[in-house]
Amino acid sequence: MIGNFLGVLFDGIAYGSLLFLIGIGLSVTMGLMNFVNLAHGAFAAFGGFVCVTAMNQMGVPFLASLPIAFVLTAVGGVVLERTLYQRLYKATPLDQVLFSIGLTFMAVAGMTYVWGPIQQPVRLPEYLTGQVHLAGLDFGVYRLFLISIVVVVAAALVYLVERTRFGAQVRASVDNQQAAAGLGINVNRVFALTFALGSGLAGLGGGLGIDVLGLDPSFPIKFMVYFLLVVAVGGAGSIKGTLVAGLVLGIFDVAGKYYVPQIGAFIIYALMVVLLVFFPTGLYGKKS
Amino acid sequence: MNNLAKTLIACAALVMGSAATAAEPIRIGLMTAYSGPFADMGKLIDAGARAYLKANGDTVAGRKIEIITRDTTGPAPEVGKRLAQELVVRDQVDFLVVGGFTPETLTAGSIATAAKKPLLIANASSSNLTDKIPYGVRYAFSFRQITQPLGVWAAKAGYKKMMTLVSDYGPGIDCETAFKDGFTSNGGTITESVRTPLKSPEFGPFIQKVKDAKPDALFVWVPQGEQAQGVVKTYFERGLDKAGIKLVILGDDMDEPVFNALGDKVKGLVTSLHYSTAHPSAENKKFLKAFAEVTGNSVQPNFMAVAAYDSMAAIFEAVRRQNGDLADSARTLDILSGLTFESPRGKVVIDPKTRDIVQAVYIRRVENHGGKLENVEFETIPDVKP
Repeated sequence: MIGNFLGVLFDGIAYGSLLFLIGIGLSVTMGLMNFVNLAHGAFAAFGGFVCVTAMNQMGVPFLASLPIAFVLTAVGGVVLERTLYQRLYKATPLDQVLFSIGLTFMAVAGMTYVWGPIQQPVRLPEYLTGQVHLAGLDFGVYRLFLISIVVVVAAALVYLVERTRFGAQVRASVDNQQAAAGLGINVNRVFALTFALGSGLAGLGGGLGIDVLGLDPSFPIKFMVYFLLVVAVGGAGSIKGTLVAGLVLGIFDVAGKYYVPQIGAFIIYALMVVLLVFFPTGLYGKKS
Repeated sequence: MNNLAKTLIACAALVMGSAATAAEPIRIGLMTAYSGPFADMGKLIDAGARAYLKANGDTVAGRKIEIITRDTTGPAPEVGKRLAQELVVRDQVDFLVVGGFTPETLTAGSIATAAKKPLLIANASSSNLTDKIPYGVRYAFSFRQITQPLGVWAAKAGYKKMMTLVSDYGPGIDCETAFKDGFTSNGGTITESVRTPLKSPEFGPFIQKVKDAKPDALFVWVPQGEQAQGVVKTYFERGLDKAGIKLVILGDDMDEPVFNALGDKVKGLVTSLHYSTAHPSAENKKFLKAFAEVTGNSVQPNFMAVAAYDSMAAIFEAVRRQNGDLADSARTLDILSGLTFESPRGKVVIDPKTRDIVQAVYIRRVENHGGKLENVEFETIPDVKP
C-alpha cells in the first residue's frame, strides 16, 4: 500500500512538474505583463514541433533539440510581440482574449498545414526510457529527468526575477510603466524580453511534454484548460505559486485516476473550485 | 404514319434516351473528414474509394462514376445533415457514402432515408447502426464484431484473470462488453474494468493500477492515434511486459503510428481486426497496388480505406446488375443489402435482414513481415455477425 502511494506521489510530482513547465510561461506573461495570452499553448506546440523536426529530419539528439525549441519559440514570441501583442497591452482583457484565441485557431490551422493533422512520433533516447528500481519501487527515468529540469528552471527563474537587475526592471515596469520609463528603463525592451522568456519556456515545456502529453496541432486547444488551471490556482505572476499549483494538481490528478478511476478525471476540477473559493486570487496571488 | 416510321422514331427515341443516360454520370456523394483532427481518416477513406476507380476504371454499365466530396470535419451531426441535404438536393447524387463517425452518419442517414437514396456506411461502427438508418447498408464493421472473438481467443490462450481498459464512451463500452462476453463465456474472469476519460492525455496512473493488480493480461481499446500510442507506450514504459502482464489490444489501435513510435518493442503483440495489409490474397494485392498508385505511397492503407474501397465495389455491382438504370432506389437498396463478394479483407456478406456486414475476423500478431512491422493473421474466425 505504502509502495503504491509513494509511486503515485512520484508520478504526481513528475506530472505536476510538466504542468509547471508549460504553465510558467503563461504565468509570466499574465502576471508580470497583465496580458491574457490564450495562445500560450500554441507556443508550446510550436516548441514541440521544433523538437520533432530537429530530431526526425535533421538528426539532432533529443537533449540538443530542447534548447533549439526554447530559442526558436522565444524568437517567434518576440516577433509576434513586436508586431501584434504590443498593440493590445492597453486593451481590455476581452480584446486580449479574443485576439489570442483567434491567434490560437490560426496557429492550429497553420501547424496542420505544415506538419499534418496526425500525432507526431517521437522516440526518446534509450537512456531516458524505462524504469529504475530503488528501494523496491519503480521510477520512470524520463519522469526523474522532468523533475530535475523543473528544479533547475524554477531556481533559475526565481533568481532571475528576484535577484537580477533585469528582474527588478520587470517588476518596476509592471508596477508603474510611466515611473519606470522616467527612471530610464526601456519598458518596451523589457516587455519584449519578458514575452520572449515566457514563450521560450512554453516551447521548452512543449518539447519536454511530447512523450507524456503527445503532440498534434490541436495541442493548444486540448491543453488550454490545464495551463489556465495551473495559473489560476497558483496566482498569476508567482513562480512559487505556479510550482505549488502544478504539483498539487498533478498529484491529485494522478492519485484520483489511480484510486478512483471512475471519477478520476474530474478531481482536479473539483480541487480547483475548492482552492479558488478559499484563495480567490490564487495560492500566491497578489491581493487586489 | 406507317408502322415502319413509328418503329424508327421509337428506335431513335430509345437511342437518344440511352444516350442521355450515358451522358449523365452516376454521382456518389462521399462524406468524410477532410480537415481538422480527423483529416488523416478522410485521406484514407478518399484514397480507398479512388483506389477502386483506379483498379477498375471509372465507368460501369456505360455510365461514368463521379465522386463528389464533402468535408464533415469530424463527428459533427449538424454538418453531416447539411452536407447530405446539399448532396441530395443540389448535386442530385445517386448514393451517399459516409466515412465518418456514428453522429454524422446518423444525421446523414435521416436525409438519405427521407430522400430514398442508399447510404453506404464506410466507417461508423457502433452496434445496430443500420436499425436506425432504413436506407443504410454497412460495409465497415462493428466494434462488437471484432472484439468478441478476441475475448474468446484470450480465454483459449490460457489467460484466467484479465482486466479491461477502455475509453469511457459508446464505442469503448461496446468493446468492454463484447470482450467480457467472449472471455467470460469461455471460462475467464474479468477482475476489474477501468474506463479512462475520452480526453485523457496521461495513462500512467491507470496502467500503474493494472500493474499493481497483476492480472494475467490486459485488454485495451482507446481511440486510435494519440491515445493508442500513449497507452501502448505507457505499458512498456511501466514495465508491464517484464512483469508478465500480457497486452491484448484491438487491431485498429495497432498500426503504422504505433509502429513508428515504438518500433520492435511491439513485436509479438496480439490484436484482432477484420483487415490487415498483410492479408495474403490476390484481391488484397490488387487493392494495395491501386492504393499506392493513388497516394503515391505517402500513406499506408488500413481498414478504413478498405471499407471505402468495398463501398465502391458494391455500388459498381448495383449499377451493373441494373444495367445502369437506377430509377428504382428500393431495388438498388435490395441489391446493396444482399451482396456477397471477395474484398481485400476476405469474404464479405451483407445480411439482407439487418443490412449489416458479416465477415471474417482475424487474430493477428505483430511480426516483421517483408522488412517492416505488420499485423500477420494467424487465426481466422469466419462469418462473424455484427
